Parts: sequence; C-alpha cells; structure tokens
Amino acid sequence: MARRDLPEINAGSMADIAFLLLIFFLVTTTMDVDTGISRKLPEKQPPDAPEPPKLKEKNVFIVTVNRNNDILIEGEHFIQVDKLREEAIKFIDNGGGLGNPIDGAEPAECDWCEGSKDPESSDHPNKAIISLESDRGTSYGTYIAVQNELVGAYTVLRNRLAMKLYGRSYDDLLKDSENDLSNESLKAKVENIKTKYPQIISEAEPFK
Amino acid sequence: MSKFKKKKKGTPGISTASLPDIVFMLLFFFMVSTVMRETELKVKQSLPFATEVKKLERKSLVSYIYVGKVDGQNGDKIQLNDRLADVNDVKYFVFAERETHPEEEIPLLTTSIKADIESSVGTITDIKEELRNVDALKINYSTRKGDISRNMKK
Repeated sequence: MARRDLPEINAGSMADIAFLLLIFFLVTTTMDVDTGISRKLPEKQPPDAPEPPKLKEKNVFIVTVNRNNDILIEGEHFIQVDKLREEAIKFIDNGGGLGNPIDGAEPAECDWCEGSKDPESSDHPNKAIISLESDRGTSYGTYIAVQNELVGAYTVLRNRLAMKLYGRSYDDLLKDSENDLSNESLKAKVENIKTKYPQIISEAEPFK
Repeated sequence: MSKFKKKKKGTPGISTASLPDIVFMLLFFFMVSTVMRETELKVKQSLPFATEVKKLERKSLVSYIYVGKVDGQNGDKIQLNDRLADVNDVKYFVFAERETHPEEEIPLLTTSIKADIESSVGTITDIKEELRNVDALKINYSTRKGDISRNMKK
C-alpha cells in the first residue's frame, strides 16, 4: 500500500535536457566534406640522376599562366579558360602516331582516339604530356581553374571511352568500384580506362 | 449531460513520453557525426572553386596546411596546426604527422593544401617543394564545388 504513494520521478524535463544538448551539437556541427583536386608530386631526383629523356615537342602541351592570369598555350596564343578544356582534349585525343608499348606489346596506334590524327600534334594519349607552367605571382584561383580544366579534359575522354566500351560513364564505374572493392571485373575496367587515357600533368617550377 | 462529460474525461492527451526518445535519437546522430574543429584558423580563407573534385577519404590520414592572408600583414602566411609558420617548418610538420601513424600508413598520408583563392602560386610552390624534399608526395588542393569562373575576379 505504501508503494502506491511513492511518487514517480518526473521525466518530463528529460526532453528539455536532450533538446539543449541537441541544439548544442546542431550548432557546432560542420557537415562539410573535404573535397579537392588530388595530385601526386614527382619524386625528388638525386643530383647525379641521368638526364631525363628528351621529349618530342609535339608530345608536350605547354600551358603557361602569367602573373596577369592570362593563359597561353603552346607558347603561341592566348586563350580563355573556358576554351582550355577543348584544346586539351584535342591534344590528348589526337592519336597521330605510335604510343608507348603497353604491357610489353608492340607500340601501337591509338585505336580508341577520335582526334584528327594530326602528325604535328601528340602521338598517343600515353605519350601526351601536359605541362603547366606558372609564374610566382599567378593567383591561386586561376591556377586551380586551369588545373580543373585539364583534369576535366581527361574526365571527358575517360567518360567517353567507358561509355563506348562498357555502356556507362567512367565516373559511374569508379564510384561503383570504390563501393565494392572486391569486384575484380569492375576494377579491371577502371584500370583499363586509366591506362588508355593516363593522366600526365606536369607542374613545372614557376619562373621567377 | 453526464454522459457527455464522461466521454470528454476519457479522451487521452497525446502522450509526449516518446518525445525524449526522438530527441535523443537526433542527439546521438549529431553527436556521432560532429567533427569538432581541431584548429582555429588564423589566416583568412575562401577556397577556390572547382568542378572535377574528389572526396577526401579517410580523414585520419589527411593533414592540413592552411595558406592565406593575415589581417594587417602583407603576403601569404602559412598555418600549421595552431600557429603561423615558415615554409621551412613544413618538413617538421610532416615528420610530426608521420610520428602519429603506423609505418604502413605513411605512404598513404595525404597533405591537403587549403589555400585562399587570392594567394600566389609561388607560396604554394614553395610548400610543394618542401613536401617533395621529405617525400610527402600525395597532395590535394582543397577546393569547393562550384563554377570555376568564380575563381577569377575581373
């Protein structure tokens, strides 16, 4: 009988306490996901390293950004940043000659390229090198914009090839293979596209 | 009349007993997903925009270098952890970062450069050179998702 008189603890204010905490965490949370353009820096060469092999001029696409944030390609003509992607694609996808041998096979032509096969431009996507030169005074924003367009050119080409070979875009394949690491066939597909259009962007040291 | 009154008394109010449960659920969600800011920014930052961005996976493997301007001072400043630093300090920063990771993770360590949109490329190059010297080759230029035309001020 005495039990009946025992008052229960009022839990009504529990919600208030929880709300208080909830609001605290709501306010302090930053949901931003870090995104960015990933790059791998070249290894430092020892001072006694042999001279790197000379590259044919036609296989190098030189993009220069000066201190006024003007973009110059091939040392010849100025260009707006929104045209850069197009020019880079034209250069990479040219396929005017024989490429570097893949897996010890004979050097072969690029049979997946759709470029104009101009003998004056790059031989093969795996020989095509994009060299990005910049001035110390270039603004970082422009620099990133240029980098973005160059990466974008590769993305367009890879997507196109993946669409042709597998009927879906490269971005799609990549996302799926990241979510399903054990899937070997997906991985092989991604690798295949990557070797067909390897991303070769060199960031030259800035001129003073 | 008496019948009516009886009925009204019998209608139960909506129970709010489950309210704490719901609130707690939300609370736990936010508690788990919250990342407390580790460092306080001393440099002013607005990151550049890019469209071809990749997400940075495995945050524990990423260390950050901040670049930007400081109020009332000329030139770009570099911030490592909680203080402003010199370019030469970058290598010690990388070494310190490596100390905190097991050896097999060291090649996976990524350095994310969070630089202000108006900083100059020279500063970034100096940092990259330092990173090359100590073989920290994986880098990431931190950007926001957005149209690149916003990077350029006319």
